[in-house]
Amino acid sequence: MPTLKKIKKNTKKNKSIKKVKMSGVYLDYGAATPVDPRVLKALASFEAKVFGNTMSLHSFGQEAKAALEESREIVAKMMGAQAEEVIFTGSATESNNIALKGVALANKQKGNHIIISSIEHSCVAESAKWLESQGFEVTKAKVDQYGLVDPKDIEQQIKKETILVSIMHANNEIGTIEPIGEIGKICRGKGVYFHTDAVQSFGKVPVNVEEMNIDLLTASSHKMYGPKGAACLYIRKGANIAPILHGGGQEFGLRPSTVNVPAIYGFAQACLLCQKEMAKESQRLAKLRDKLIKGVMEKIEGTYLNGHPQKRLANNANFRFEFVEGESLLIQLDMAGIAGSTGSACSSAKLEPSHVLLAIGLRPQEAHGSLRLTLGRWTTDKEINYVLKTLPGIIRQLREISPFKRTLN
Amino acid sequence: MANSLYTKKVMAHFKKPHNYGKIKDPDGVGKVGNLICGDVMWLYIKVGQNKKKQEIIKEIKFETFGCVAAIATSSAITDLAKGKTLEEAMKIGKSQVVESLGELPPVKLHCSVLASDALVEAIHDYFSKNKKDIPADLEIKHQKISKEKEETARRYKDWVEMEEKMKGE
Repeated sequence: MPTLKKIKKNTKKNKSIKKVKMSGVYLDYGAATPVDPRVLKALASFEAKVFGNTMSLHSFGQEAKAALEESREIVAKMMGAQAEEVIFTGSATESNNIALKGVALANKQKGNHIIISSIEHSCVAESAKWLESQGFEVTKAKVDQYGLVDPKDIEQQIKKETILVSIMHANNEIGTIEPIGEIGKICRGKGVYFHTDAVQSFGKVPVNVEEMNIDLLTASSHKMYGPKGAACLYIRKGANIAPILHGGGQEFGLRPSTVNVPAIYGFAQACLLCQKEMAKESQRLAKLRDKLIKGVMEKIEGTYLNGHPQKRLANNANFRFEFVEGESLLIQLDMAGIAGSTGSACSSAKLEPSHVLLAIGLRPQEAHGSLRLTLGRWTTDKEINYVLKTLPGIIRQLREISPFKRTLN
Repeated sequence: MANSLYTKKVMAHFKKPHNYGKIKDPDGVGKVGNLICGDVMWLYIKVGQNKKKQEIIKEIKFETFGCVAAIATSSAITDLAKGKTLEEAMKIGKSQVVESLGELPPVKLHCSVLASDALVEAIHDYFSKNKKDIPADLEIKHQKISKEKEETARRYKDWVEMEEKMKGE
């Protein structure tokens, strides 16, 4: 039977196994993180033993149920919440869908107006769009050139029909950290529910739902060195929310489905590690990130930084290179063993440039040349040096083929 | 770790594009695509004659801003067109471009259209610059491409103006 003590003990015991073996330089931690070997090890022994259905009354089921509740306590504690205020889901997309649709449907008697920002992840933006088709009114709050939402703007947009404000904590593409504490305060003052998608920030930046006046919060395991298939939604006690799925009553009736206990157990284990190492790790990453940004800007002309120079995630660097197309850049980097991501239209299934980059005022042709590099637990100084050595040559090569190269010189 | 996004042939062209650069004194230039959509292809040709005194594409070069598929199709079409008579070259269609590359992801098929359009435009440019009779089917293709360009321009008027400024050499 895994207990909180045992999880902690395990964490300590396995301190020595910190390395993840990776071929190449992985700088796409914002897309997915490898599972920490310490989590993996704990998971291996857990999965071999605990398989019961949390709804079963026998010992097998109750063992799983106990592990689930332990995990709930760990995750809740990390955000300053009560255990019963956290439900587990299968993905952040699911959590965000439940948050937006659940609050909207449960409160439609009160009002039909929802505010989101123009740089939300597509699962929030698309949920809002669907709600619009169901008769809700959605306001998309603008952001400034750095991707910052203005709390005063939110305050002005709130009207008597407003039932929910959903603003992400940190943006997934440009890493800008939003003033959610201020926004939370405003929403609380006006009696409007405040949801924040904290997928990119949870585990990297301290989050406290009490201090920040948050009513709903989404976090995901696979962005913080836990396994895929587990995420959570914090729902303030007493909040009026309706289920989207209907079934066997699991997760307080808000997420009926057989509970994926091993993934959740891994998620909780990953939370413990993040919590313990957050302060030191974010300092280490910020140093590496600043070296990367400084180096790239110095070495490559026609380079711009997307996002805020200071108010950004410690692990996020997002560049724009003039006259270079992002997908070509990405594949060149991949051939050199470096993994990143881009907001270029060519790399998306819709062939449209990133809505985030357009929202911060970039023209489509500028958005094509963007490159996001997100650092993580196993990023080393040596790797950053390698990127700084490799990237200028690749940019030069692509500009060489480009018809617009002459405009630079 | 293998990346299976594109075929080996596409990657080979992308890694080492054939015939890229600018021809100083071109006989014809084809400019297609636009920056907003993310692909711009400029194709330069030099026209010569073969032993039968037919006009052929003696030299061909490209400059492309775009994704892997855009660069690979640009490179591929220069291979396909080089040495061909103008009559043969203007018939090179998107399917030939795709075939020569093995395969393209469905979402990238438009890049092959861009490549064959660029060639059509370059040949058309050569004919009109030299006040030669323009073959009917070439003219039809050219009209179609021009119309599409106009439509895009209308859609993105402001942005295109900006693009023109950027192009100012």
